[in-house]
Amino acid sequence: MAEHDAATRQNRPRLSLHVPEPLFRPGDKVDFTHLVIPHAGLQPRPDESCHPRETFALCTDLVRVLDDDHQAQGPWNPRLAPDQLRRILREMALIRAFDSRMYRLQRQGKTSFYLKCSGEEATSIAATHALDFEDMIFPSYRQQGCLIARGYPLVDMINQIFSNRADKLKGRQLPILYSAKSVNFFTISGNLATQLPQATGFAMASASRGDSKIAVGWVGEGSTAEGDFHSALLFAAVYNAPVIFNIVNNQWAISSFSGFAGAERATFAARAIGYGIAGLRVDGNDVLAVYAAQRWAADRARANAGPTLIEYFTFRAEGHSTSDDPTAYRSAQEGVEWPLGDPIARLRDHLIAIGEWSIAQHESMDGELDEQVKTATREAEKNGILGHGLHQPDRTMFEDVFEDQPWHLKEQAAQAVHERRVKYPDGDTA
Amino acid sequence: MSEVESISRTPAGDTRDLTMIEAINEALDIMLERDPDVILLGEDIGYFGGVFRATAGLQEKHGKTRVFDTPISECGIIGVAVGMGAYGLRPVPEIQFADYIYPGLDQLVSEAARLRYRSAAEFIAPMTVRTPFGGGIFGGQTHSQSPEALFTHVAGLKTVVPSTPYDAKGLLIAAIEDNDPVIFFEPKRIYNGPFDGYYDQPTRPWKGHPDAHVPEGHYTVSLGQARIVRAGDALTVLAYGTMVHVAEAVCRQKAVDAEIIDLRTLVPLDIEAIEKSVRKTGRCLIVHEATRTSGFGAELSALVTERCFYHLEAPVERVTGFDTPYPHSLEWAYFPGPVRVGEGIDKLLSE
Repeated sequence: MAEHDAATRQNRPRLSLHVPEPLFRPGDKVDFTHLVIPHAGLQPRPDESCHPRETFALCTDLVRVLDDDHQAQGPWNPRLAPDQLRRILREMALIRAFDSRMYRLQRQGKTSFYLKCSGEEATSIAATHALDFEDMIFPSYRQQGCLIARGYPLVDMINQIFSNRADKLKGRQLPILYSAKSVNFFTISGNLATQLPQATGFAMASASRGDSKIAVGWVGEGSTAEGDFHSALLFAAVYNAPVIFNIVNNQWAISSFSGFAGAERATFAARAIGYGIAGLRVDGNDVLAVYAAQRWAADRARANAGPTLIEYFTFRAEGHSTSDDPTAYRSAQEGVEWPLGDPIARLRDHLIAIGEWSIAQHESMDGELDEQVKTATREAEKNGILGHGLHQPDRTMFEDVFEDQPWHLKEQAAQAVHERRVKYPDGDTA
Repeated sequence: MSEVESISRTPAGDTRDLTMIEAINEALDIMLERDPDVILLGEDIGYFGGVFRATAGLQEKHGKTRVFDTPISECGIIGVAVGMGAYGLRPVPEIQFADYIYPGLDQLVSEAARLRYRSAAEFIAPMTVRTPFGGGIFGGQTHSQSPEALFTHVAGLKTVVPSTPYDAKGLLIAAIEDNDPVIFFEPKRIYNGPFDGYYDQPTRPWKGHPDAHVPEGHYTVSLGQARIVRAGDALTVLAYGTMVHVAEAVCRQKAVDAEIIDLRTLVPLDIEAIEKSVRKTGRCLIVHEATRTSGFGAELSALVTERCFYHLEAPVERVTGFDTPYPHSLEWAYFPGPVRVGEGIDKLLSE
């Protein structure tokens, strides 16, 4: 039928459906020369309280501080003290060591799942350094760096990953879906982008109570396609909410390249323009640029000048998760050829270039961090690993569904306790 | 406990006759006054006072940062309310019609309902979602639905449906004070007066109805506690919302000695009141406006059968809306009115 109709309308051009396709697939030779990477230091830095429209040019530019000679350039240079830079470097190296060990533990069957943030360490860690401790972070699942930057104990993270008896979330959550109210880190959900309107709501609440806390929402570029992204930006704009939206554009959403989230037509930072909120597009592998941008947005929010959307342009250096094999959909060369380099190496080289660090110090630090992660792992393993006993008592499954337990949950809890007695007649009856 | 409370109710304060809308408005006003963490948001609820007047005057009295209008985005309304709860506020979002709650469903099901559980109580969602529901007003497909079963199926949500002004105020205050997320369905057909299903007769106002005597000031009706509308021995009728009034009228006209139970809260359910009644009467009629298949009546029927099987003298009977979208012109053919309820009773009593 449709074919017939089309045939009778020969005088009109045939329509065609555009389905985006990444530039490189497995086996392809990678060439990133099409990417426009502006020189560091050339991007203007408007005042934090400026009208959003003054940032619109920055939504298609790329804020960069570290140049090819590892020197800090231009108005966005946050001029951080070497001590703070070394702290940031150490935390980035720590989360990389942590990721690497947890990944291996998953392969050894000690937990069911893990997910690295390799190549994206600068985004979460440098951004968190630019915030106040009281500011609430609404993370996605790839911001483990925020926990490290806020000093959350590694052992508590690993207990959660093992779902063992010391897991603060009582074995209820998939590994890495942390919740850490003690460091103002919101409970992570498996449902993408839901945290963004929540961050806006938190910020609205803070503003309505005349508080000084701001909220910071994180999302991957793939998840910006969710309706919640739109709701969050719209509400933030309407109520001038003190919130920052951090988009980590790592180019990939599992196997889908950023084109499926709209990257072929516009930058993700440019989404800010339509909502009338401030936007910045930032080199996500440049610690100084990330810190400066986050600090700018935080100061702006704190001054009641409104929300900011920041796109961190970076690259997901590894697979999506332990359940993913990236060689099935993208060229292995992409990570090697990525023109913005590695965030840890770039900060290391900067510190060396300004005479505040050395290769020897770096290597010795890496050794220490490996040992720190190993020690924490051993400590956590004492509390059990997934599926090897030492988990939560069965009754805890029925707790916290509601504040109090209604009759139907009491009945079901009794059933679970009964089943345990049937399965382990001589064991404990938790 | 339910019986004592319902049959010889003696409220403390002065009472006046209020409509359900006035009772809801008063509950919100009292909670805004008592608790600085209470915050109201929704489409048209601020300056205008709501399309049903439930929030009339509240913005003027309590200020724009406590009571305000929102963009037309149910996902946003529920989503920001979850964030406000995480901050420590006690948000009361309004969804203009229950038929439009679906864009907010992910935030309700995946977030609000699970926040306490997944964070081991680090974060909670002490929010009350108010939303007008039910048919009988020529609302057609998208102003008449009764989606309660979608919510009773979700672990972590409480579901409440008042049927009188007295209960509406007491249950709403209890819901707002509750630390769990509550879906508060307001039967819009009985906002201004009880409705017995006789659509061709003049509408009665709440004024003069015993359940419209609403005490001034703060009081609560506990969640999870049913109300015995009428004690009886011939059969048990389980109903909520508008259908309580339809069932009551039919039983009165047929002079059936029914025990009518207004569930008031669907989750948590007052299973004791149900069991006690059905064990006494041996017969159970379940009435709701919502569509039949997988409706809340199926859960009620299963519970009654499981827990009262040896006391039953007839199969449990369900009178519900039909398994179709809610029609416009055929509203009164769809609505489970006096004829359908009456036949359900006849069938039960003839067994």
